[in-house]
Amino acid sequence: MGRVNTNQSASVATLVEWLHQFGSLVEQNKGYLTDLDSAIGDADHGSNMARGMTAVLNQVADPGAADALFKKVGMTLVSSVGGASGPLYGTFFMRFATGLGDGTEVTPEALVSSLRAGLDGVISRGKAELGDKTMVDAMTPAVVAIEGSVASGESLADATRAGAEAARRGRESTIAMVARKGRASYLGERSKGHQDPGATSTTYLFEALAASLDGV
Amino acid sequence: MKKLINNVDDVIADALKGIELSDDNVRVDHEHRVIYRAEKTRQGKVAVISGGGSGHEPLHGGFVGVGMLDAACAGQMFTSPTPDQMLAATSEADGGAGVLHIVKNYTGDVMNFEMAGEMAADSGVRVETVVVADDVAVQDSLYTAGRRGVGLTVLLEKIVGAAAEEGRDMDGVLEIAHRVNAGGRSMGMALTSCTVPAAGKPTFDLPDDEMEIGVGIHGEPGRHREPLSSARDIAKQLVDPILHDLDFTGAPCIVMLNGMGGTPLIELYLMYGEVVRLLDDAGITIARNLVGNYITSLDMAGCSVTILKADDEILALWDAPVKTAGLRWGV
Repeated sequence: MGRVNTNQSASVATLVEWLHQFGSLVEQNKGYLTDLDSAIGDADHGSNMARGMTAVLNQVADPGAADALFKKVGMTLVSSVGGASGPLYGTFFMRFATGLGDGTEVTPEALVSSLRAGLDGVISRGKAELGDKTMVDAMTPAVVAIEGSVASGESLADATRAGAEAARRGRESTIAMVARKGRASYLGERSKGHQDPGATSTTYLFEALAASLDGV
Repeated sequence: MKKLINNVDDVIADALKGIELSDDNVRVDHEHRVIYRAEKTRQGKVAVISGGGSGHEPLHGGFVGVGMLDAACAGQMFTSPTPDQMLAATSEADGGAGVLHIVKNYTGDVMNFEMAGEMAADSGVRVETVVVADDVAVQDSLYTAGRRGVGLTVLLEKIVGAAAEEGRDMDGVLEIAHRVNAGGRSMGMALTSCTVPAAGKPTFDLPDDEMEIGVGIHGEPGRHREPLSSARDIAKQLVDPILHDLDFTGAPCIVMLNGMGGTPLIELYLMYGEVVRLLDDAGITIARNLVGNYITSLDMAGCSVTILKADDEILALWDAPVKTAGLRWGV
């Protein structure tokens, strides 16, 4: 904890491990995500995300350069997930890819700016704002926390751990919200009291990132 | 769950095989899950394509054919198709006069079609989009996802398909599409939830003595729940919000009484009778009607009402020949 290590980079192998960890969390919680979606959506978030991550993980055995890898991840999610989650997670990874460079090591600064680019992509594609009860409510605080931690010299392991914690808090905050975007918005006030499935899977994304960087 | 399926993961692929075998007027690209007319789009005709999640049959694949759609993309169950499917359909169906995408206003559908439109524009095809948003159960607001696209989609695909078949150019087809979109409203209700095969259980619990008013077409709960009442009262609960939203007097109207998939036709006809009584009382002229299962929600029981404020031109396009699995007349 609290190690000051601004030079430490993340390797492509670590980022592939991130995808594996995310895929595992989605697979393990497939039923839970679908149950959350049944309450305020259309009962398919778990199965859609699991199908998408299975397709992604079939393509990462020979990762190559960081930018090309994550562009492919994004395209694969867009073409295999469908619904709103496909374009949103797909756009996240395609925009994330643009800041990574074509090497096999990613500096903390590049990782942070790539995460920010991914978040901006999600916001411009989905047009959701903070408080609309969507994945943005978990992703925004996570990216802000990682940016802040890296800027103050913390290691990527610590920064992403803070990011996962912020995502979890954001996820919890969606319970009290009234949905204004996505299918849950059709429920109006009845969407209150339910945790958003997209914010839940996004929390897995940041928990997976922290797990893959733990001890690196 | 009791369903006529082999495997939950194969439902759509298996159904597409059956669709292809059942209708000589269509062909199916199984890789991209696109249903096309058997014959290629004639040169100079605007291509009209649509698509959406599966589970709403006959929408959209059942409306592919002469006088209606040129192609339809089948997504996963209740899940929007993906941009690569739409791009394949757009490229294949283009007859050189541009391609109109008919999109139901759901977040996923809008985003996926938007991405497909961006990709198609890169390849030089003119793509225009009409987003159907007719569900009065949803408050229209700039700050939300807006109204859902539901029953009006069926009428719009018929009327716009006829306009394209007549040889109108893209601007002419778009003008009709916008006019229909502006003049139609819908409202739906459910007696039961539906069961998505992959979920294996009903999407929501609805006790035997209750109903959901203001449902969409994906088994999502409605605006509110209340004790089950008579058909007469339910008809009023569907028609009143529609009439409150738009003045339908003074124009010939097209009225659709649509089943959600799990309600017998005899109940749909009974409901249609109740709807006509209410519209007569309100001084509304019904020029054409459609009663049956046209935009469904798997095995959900319930119905929706759609009213379109038409004019002579729209009625002529409605009456024009159509030859699809879901709608067929004049041929």
